[in-house]
Parts: sequence; C-alpha cells; structure tokens
Amino acid sequence: MLNQQETVMNKQKRFKIQGPCAYEFDSGNTGSWRIERPQVDFETCVKCGTCATYCPANVITIEKDKEICVDIMWDYCKGCGICANECPKQCITMVEERCGK
Amino acid sequence: MAHYKMLDGNCAAVEAIKMAKVKVVSAYPITPQSTIAEKLSEICENGELEAKYIRVESEHSAMSCAIGAQLTGVRTATATASVGLALMHEVVNVASGCRVPIVMPVVNRSLASPWSLWCDHQDSMAERDSGWLQLYCENVQDVYDTMIMAYRIAEDPRVLTPAMVCLDGFFLSHSMQKVMLPEQKEVDDFIGTYKVKNLHLDPSDPIVIDNLTGSNECTEMKYQQAIGFKNAEDVMEEVFNEFSQKFGRTKAMIEGYNLEEAEALIVCIGSMAGTAKYVSDILRDQGKKVGVLKIVSFRPFPYKKLREIIGNTKKLAVIDRTTGFGGQGAPLWLEVKSALKSDVLVKNYIAGLAGRDVNIETIKNVYTDILEGNDSDDPIWIDCGENVMNIREVLLND
Repeated sequence: MLNQQETVMNKQKRFKIQGPCAYEFDSGNTGSWRIERPQVDFETCVKCGTCATYCPANVITIEKDKEICVDIMWDYCKGCGICANECPKQCITMVEERCGK
Repeated sequence: MAHYKMLDGNCAAVEAIKMAKVKVVSAYPITPQSTIAEKLSEICENGELEAKYIRVESEHSAMSCAIGAQLTGVRTATATASVGLALMHEVVNVASGCRVPIVMPVVNRSLASPWSLWCDHQDSMAERDSGWLQLYCENVQDVYDTMIMAYRIAEDPRVLTPAMVCLDGFFLSHSMQKVMLPEQKEVDDFIGTYKVKNLHLDPSDPIVIDNLTGSNECTEMKYQQAIGFKNAEDVMEEVFNEFSQKFGRTKAMIEGYNLEEAEALIVCIGSMAGTAKYVSDILRDQGKKVGVLKIVSFRPFPYKKLREIIGNTKKLAVIDRTTGFGGQGAPLWLEVKSALKSDVLVKNYIAGLAGRDVNIETIKNVYTDILEGNDSDDPIWIDCGENVMNIREVLLND
C-alpha cells in the first residue's frame, strides 16, 4: 500500500477529480464481527482450494507445502461459514468464537 | 441516410443505447421494461452491438455491475422499472455520488402495493433526491432523442451526473409510433466516444473508489454534486440547441403550448402532455384561453424558466401521476408551487395512477375545475371513483 502511495506522489501529472477515492485503503477490522470461526481439519483436507474460491471476503490462501495448509486472515474473516458449507471433504467446522480473536 | 422506423418506446431506447455504442450491458428484466433487456441481450448475441452482456440476478447487481464497468472507462447500459428501481435504490445513489454518468431508461410503473404492472410516476419520483438527472418523455420519438441527448448532458465534465430517461410504461414502452432515426455517423459526431473525465479504474495504477469518507469531506463532495446540477441547466440548453440544429427537433427543459394570453395552464409530465395539448386546442376553439406546460427536466427542476414562461397566467393546474401521501401536495405540485409567488393559484390534481387513462374527459374536468372551481389548496383526486371505502368486502364468520 505504501509503495502505491509513493509511486503516486512521485508522478508528475496530477489532475483534480470529484467524488470519493483514495490511494490508501484503510480497512476496518471486520474480523471482530465474527461470532463463529472456521476450524480446518488439516489431516482430512485435500488442499483443493474450494473454500478459497467461495470465500466472499477473499481471505483464504492455500499453502500446499505447509502444515497449516489453509491460511485464513483472521483480521478480515467475518465467520460467514460459506467455506464450511462448500468444502467437499467437509473438513471445516464452525466453532464458537470465545476469546475475541 | 436518416430514416423512419416503426418502434415502440422500449425499442427506441434500445436503438439509442446501440447507437451510443455501449460496451457493457447489465440489465434485469421487469415488466414493462423487459423488452429492453431482451432486445439488448439479442443484439449483444448477434453482434449488432459489440458489448458484453452480464447476466445479473437482480437490479441491485445490475446497477453495481454498470457502475464497476463504467469506471473502467466505457459506456454501459442498464434499464429498470418500478420495484426494480426500488431494489436498485442503494446503488443508484452510489452511481451519482461517485459521479458515474450512466444513462438509464426508467419505464415508469406503479410501486407496490397494490401490485400493479401499469404506469404511474411513483417509482421515479421516489428517486428524485438520489442525485440523478430526470428527463421525462412525451412520445416514442422523444424517448430516442432524450436518450441521445442524455449521454451528452450526463457525461459533460461540468455535470458528471447520471441520468434517468423516464418513459411511461405501456403508454410509451409498448406503443408503436413512427420514429426518425439518424445515421450512426451523425450520432457518433453528436455524442462522441466515451472518455473518462473523472474517477476510473486502471489495474496498472490501482485506487480505491467509494472509500469510507468522514464528515470532514462529505459535505464538500455533496456540494460538488449540487454544482453539477446547477451546471446541468446550462449544459442542457447547449445540448438542446445543438440537437435542434443538427436533427431539426426542438426541445427545452420546460415546453409551453398554447401560451398566448392563457388564463389557465395545465402543468404535467410524461405521455399525458399529448392529450392535454389536444384538449387545449379543442377548448381554444371554444374560446377558452387555456394551454399546457410540459416539464421535461424534473431534475434539475427549471424553476427560473417556469417563472418566465408562465407570463401573466394566474391559474396553474398541476397534474401529478403520483400520490404524494402526507405531503401538502404531490412532488410536481410542490416544485411548481414553491417556484411561484402567492398571487398565482396553483392547484394539485392526482390522476392516472396505476395505468388509469388520463383521457380527454379527465383533462377537460381539470380545466373546468381550475377555471371555475374554488381556491382550495388540497389535492384533488380528479379521476377517483365514487364509494371509495366500499369497493371490496369479505364475509365475517361469527
């Protein structure tokens, strides 16, 4: 993000525009809305990536070579449960969020 | 060569969209707009229009796709009606706030409930504060012309405001009329290819559009929109003049008919203006000095022009095709009333709801009431039946 901003600052040409826009995306911590979190059973998981495809927040990355092969960005996962519904191996369960994170 | 063609209002809108060379279409069918969506998908498929048709699952998505697509730097098309426009409401405001100059035909249909498929202006009037230009059409030729002009007006860098081109459901959308269609080249020369003049999306230089904006800037951004509306009046004037020079058909934000020494004028919008003009001709022959004012641009509302055009006329009958529940009057009346000094009698008539025909009798009744009736301020439901509270009954099981 910072890189983007710097490149823009260095640009020679600037023009005025109307309406809301930004070069820096300041996001809210939408993960704090979560009341349930997806818990992945990594042993059953076949790393097919279906969960990542269906995730509406685009916060899932499949790391095929790592032990934690389904990496979820907890700052932005709202716990909607679509990944758990779509998983063909049914290895994602939604568990109640207790400690806030 | 420019040529005549028999078209209904929906097909005329499609012709205009085709000639504007839109690149993305995202429309969801809804009566009476359906044939616009169908015809657009047909010409996308057979190559008559080189555009991508996005199959969406609702009007909310239709407008969202149109906004996103147009932000990449192309013209887009969508169209809707009635409850579809209501469902679109949230993103309608996004389009105007992000200054995306989409031109959208709105085929006027009543809002539920009671469920109705037929024409009144409740749907577009509910959107009158959503930051869109609103232009209303009288006949099918008008639909085509207004669409073409709307592209020029909306996309002007001084305006950058999306536009609704409102046509009366069934009365215009499904009635065949003779339409003069210009050559493609004439249209190209008139509206030009789409150029990005404001916010746009470019993968090589990414920005966030429509981010959360604080109270320190929101007022200023809304004021930018207000300036856009102010400029739109001048731009419309320019575009209307240029159009009449090039295509020979005149247009104005507010059009008068039989204004000479008029004692009373009917103020109306949409297709009923044709009937009103016809009746005013008949009454003129009988020696009654009556005329018609047709409001073409409801947003921005040409209040200064209204003051000029009425001259010395002291009686205005405003016909609203909307209910205006709980207000002092319906939307068009409110605008007209607040534009004028109190020495002008402005009466409000509610007529033509849910497709009820505003026929010669209705218009005659309005003229009679404004010429001979009292000075009451209350809206008059001029074509309402008798025995209103007793139209349906059910059996009670005791």
